[in-house]
Amino acid sequence: MRYLPHCDQGIRSMLDTIGVEKINDLFSGIPENCRLPRDLELPAPLAEADLQRHFQALAAESSVDGSWSRFLGGGYYDHHIPAVIDHLISRSEFYTAYTPYQPEISQGTLQAVFEFQTLICQLTGMEISNASLYDGASACAEAVLMALRCSRKRSKVMLSRGLQPRYREVVMTYVRYLDVELIEVPLAADGRTDEDAVKQLLDEDVAALVVGYPNYLGVVEEIESLSRLAHASGARMVVAAAEPLAMALYRSPGEQGADIVVGEGQSFGLPLSYGGPGVGFIAVRQKDMRSLPGRLVGETVDKDGERGFVLTLSTREQHIRREKATSNICSNQGICAVMVSIYLSLLGKNGLPQLARDNYSRTTYLREQIAALPGYSLPFTTSVFNEFVISCPRPATEVLKRLEEDKILAGIDLINDYPEIKNGLLICVTEQNDRAQLDRFVDALKGAAA
Amino acid sequence: MDFPEELKYTEDHEWVLSEGDLVSIGISDFAQDQLGDVVFVELPEVGDKVEISKAFGVVESVKAVSDIYAPLAGEVVEVNSDLPDSPESINTSPYEDGWMIRIKPDDMAELDGLMDASAYQAFIEQE
Amino acid sequence: MSAIGSKGLILNEKLIFERSTAGRCGYDLPLLDVPSVEPDRSLLRDEIEGFPELSEVDVVRHYTRLSTWNYGVDSGFYPLGSCTMKYNPKINEVVARLPGFAHLHPATPDHLSQGALQLMYDLQQALCEISGFPALTLQPSAGAQGEFAGMLMIHAWHQAQGNKRHKVLIPDTAHGTNPATAALCGYDVVPIASDGVLSIEAVAAAMDDSVAALMITNPNTLGLFEPNIREICELVHSRGGLVYCDGANLNALLGICRPGDLGIDVMHFNLHKTFATPHGGGGPGAGPVGVSAALEPFLPVPVIMKEEDGYRLVADRPLSIGQLRTYASQFGILVRAYAYLLSMGPQDLKRATELAVLNANYIRARLEGSYHLPYKQRSLHEVIFSDADLPNDCHTLDVAKRLLDYGFHPPTIYFPLVVQGALMIEPTETESKQELDEFCDALIAIAEEAKSSPHLLHEAPVNARTRRLDETLAARNPRLRWEKS
Repeated sequence: MRYLPHCDQGIRSMLDTIGVEKINDLFSGIPENCRLPRDLELPAPLAEADLQRHFQALAAESSVDGSWSRFLGGGYYDHHIPAVIDHLISRSEFYTAYTPYQPEISQGTLQAVFEFQTLICQLTGMEISNASLYDGASACAEAVLMALRCSRKRSKVMLSRGLQPRYREVVMTYVRYLDVELIEVPLAADGRTDEDAVKQLLDEDVAALVVGYPNYLGVVEEIESLSRLAHASGARMVVAAAEPLAMALYRSPGEQGADIVVGEGQSFGLPLSYGGPGVGFIAVRQKDMRSLPGRLVGETVDKDGERGFVLTLSTREQHIRREKATSNICSNQGICAVMVSIYLSLLGKNGLPQLARDNYSRTTYLREQIAALPGYSLPFTTSVFNEFVISCPRPATEVLKRLEEDKILAGIDLINDYPEIKNGLLICVTEQNDRAQLDRFVDALKGAAA
Repeated sequence: MDFPEELKYTEDHEWVLSEGDLVSIGISDFAQDQLGDVVFVELPEVGDKVEISKAFGVVESVKAVSDIYAPLAGEVVEVNSDLPDSPESINTSPYEDGWMIRIKPDDMAELDGLMDASAYQAFIEQE
Repeated sequence: MSAIGSKGLILNEKLIFERSTAGRCGYDLPLLDVPSVEPDRSLLRDEIEGFPELSEVDVVRHYTRLSTWNYGVDSGFYPLGSCTMKYNPKINEVVARLPGFAHLHPATPDHLSQGALQLMYDLQQALCEISGFPALTLQPSAGAQGEFAGMLMIHAWHQAQGNKRHKVLIPDTAHGTNPATAALCGYDVVPIASDGVLSIEAVAAAMDDSVAALMITNPNTLGLFEPNIREICELVHSRGGLVYCDGANLNALLGICRPGDLGIDVMHFNLHKTFATPHGGGGPGAGPVGVSAALEPFLPVPVIMKEEDGYRLVADRPLSIGQLRTYASQFGILVRAYAYLLSMGPQDLKRATELAVLNANYIRARLEGSYHLPYKQRSLHEVIFSDADLPNDCHTLDVAKRLLDYGFHPPTIYFPLVVQGALMIEPTETESKQELDEFCDALIAIAEEAKSSPHLLHEAPVNARTRRLDETLAARNPRLRWEKS
């Protein structure tokens, strides 16, 4: 086997050094009644060439080739990925390293993650970011736990109905056996979180108000006024950004008073990869630094006074504080955070806002065309970023099916998550959708109306 | 290692200095040595009640965390407000600059249950 | 033996922000072929203050230089105990990047994602066969989230039985994630002292009707197989509890022993350990969880079903603990792990375990005369030494830093906590005798240096990118982001 470097002669000499007859003697610590008395029943080994063929065949069984147009968003976004990223993260010093426990030979990872933390702070307008969490939904759950920790005696958390439905479900899973009450805040008619409802539901027992920015229906929330309401009753304002590119265009959650900003970084240079790995981020205020979950990289100096980076404030974490840790997280999304850093560095101060603007322009173009189609309408006319909802003239499932025939994945059916929106379809547009695709989409929708 | 005679000690390595109807509390030279460089201290607020053998604060080094237990019950009347900015005082001066809180004990007699310097020294040698 | 592990060209490099030059951009936007529209002005932000401005070349140089300051499995031996840093096969990287996988949107309808679903299903079946569990979820993002899923299922099972149990027993050798997870599930943690391995008596003494589960690691973090595991499982079951197994050390058992056959109810896998997926400088990992039939209804949703007309993701399962992440899995990691499984086949998976155990025992035999060995029992895939015999104020940390000068990644240090000054060495099967010999020679030379020239240990490293870093300063005065000076 090509990954196993041993030869018979070497094994013999190792066994002699150990002082046992055969390899099996080394397993004497495993009682007989714990042994598997047969061979594993698994497929026979494949040589590299055969393996590659097998995987190519599996990968071909999907809708990914140039002939399809896709308008799928909902928390994972199809943005173009610069070639530089894969090239750089294929340097195995990055991707075959472990967590940087030995900082003197891990400065590459440590500095790259320190830069990630800084970039996330700059984009979100916050003060401190950690080194990453698993994904957007689990980051949102960690934010909720953190808000509960910070406010000690409070036990309620308000989740906007506009928050990504999977984020809401994951929060529910995380607090399942903790003494926490989750309260859903309805949306107003314009698709934003209902401020009157927020006012009514907030009380002294609420630890956090959580909203999406933009929310799942693509609508840009009024974070500033929501923050004011939350703060007035002593709750923390948690903002979840499933499409963080929007923050390059719209006011940052930090400048609008958010206390915790979480989100999904997949938009920034990570492949869709059927939903993972992505990369969760969490950014907070200085005052909550010691309640942060996960790893943190900090700047320091070495013995000669040279700048260097280390994992720091580890006493928050499970390997030291055990059952009193701020989270059980250990592995994070290291290499994915580096991918985000590379992406943000490439686009930078000039490219990222322009990309966001272009996404907005493309989305507006499509949105207006669809709104003008007979039978289709926009349930919300409020500002959006690169996603929006339409109401179809017939059930969205039928429209989706019809458009599949034209090799168009038209969007996400809202029937299960938002049955209150009549025939609701969530459509996403990115720079991957050129005008020809948009026009073809509009034509196909027209054809699917009847 | 230094264990001043005028102090009383606990098995959790706190020291207590009685001053009239108040007592000061900190951690011993032995405790700070075990912890290593202290980087962070969390203390209660003035007016908080502390309970005997219950944690009232936390002291952290780079790789360790230790709860600090109240040697006797009472109300916090003063907190060493310099400590959060200079936690290293706990290493350099555990009995003076590194004091943590001053409390008004509910029952001074609880002091009698604590060890004196020589008993404490014997205790840590045994550990 | 001379410490020459890291001589070479190391270029200096600033932070990305310090490299920035106004007006540069490293990415050309696609042509905007629709009218440019101005968004609502009141919503717009100012420029992103501090964001870098760089050309593509700047970015490539920056990260290339940073990469040279890192040490990976491809650079050399990486014997981190409990981390199973085996070689990461390159073909796995290639197949994970196939467009049909890499560019597949997770909201794609099932009938247009059949290849990906089949891969997940087949991987699931293979992991069930390897572990002996009848059911499995691929969803958890890493080991710790797998533990979380597993303990939630245990909690849900108890709840369904009407049990009100609030304690979880955890041996003192456990990973920190175990108690942290139990707490996250609303349980109180009761530590159990073990003497190398867990005794039936110790479990019996703690096991009452308030205990929901025992969390065990097998082989444990001392590299020792828990010899009483069957009896312990029976005992816990007889008193109404369940047994969770931390599967971080599964690399010691492939094809030899199946945890599901021993009475264990739940176990997580670390695909980034046992199944050779790269650790990426901290992640991503993946932490599938195998469960007994009784716990199957509680698996996180969605689950993958194989039906007549193909594979399907199913979310409608009333007893499920719910969802743990935005989408179904760390799919890209699953692709790599499955490629590894198929490359190895059943015989070589078992061979891998045998050689991993051989390697660890060889290191043990070679170093036993130079370092203190606190547990003498026959260990499996890893071996733990301590600094107890080192003279001249030389400690585990000094040994670790000196190893850097010899060009090796040090073992895990100061874990498990039950061994003072632990050096926890896990070589894995992908290291040759030559590699192990060089490593052992280095450690033996360091033990000699500790006697004759301890300053070499205290001053180490001298050959690495940086000297020893001041972690106390970092923690006392946290600087967690770059700021314009």
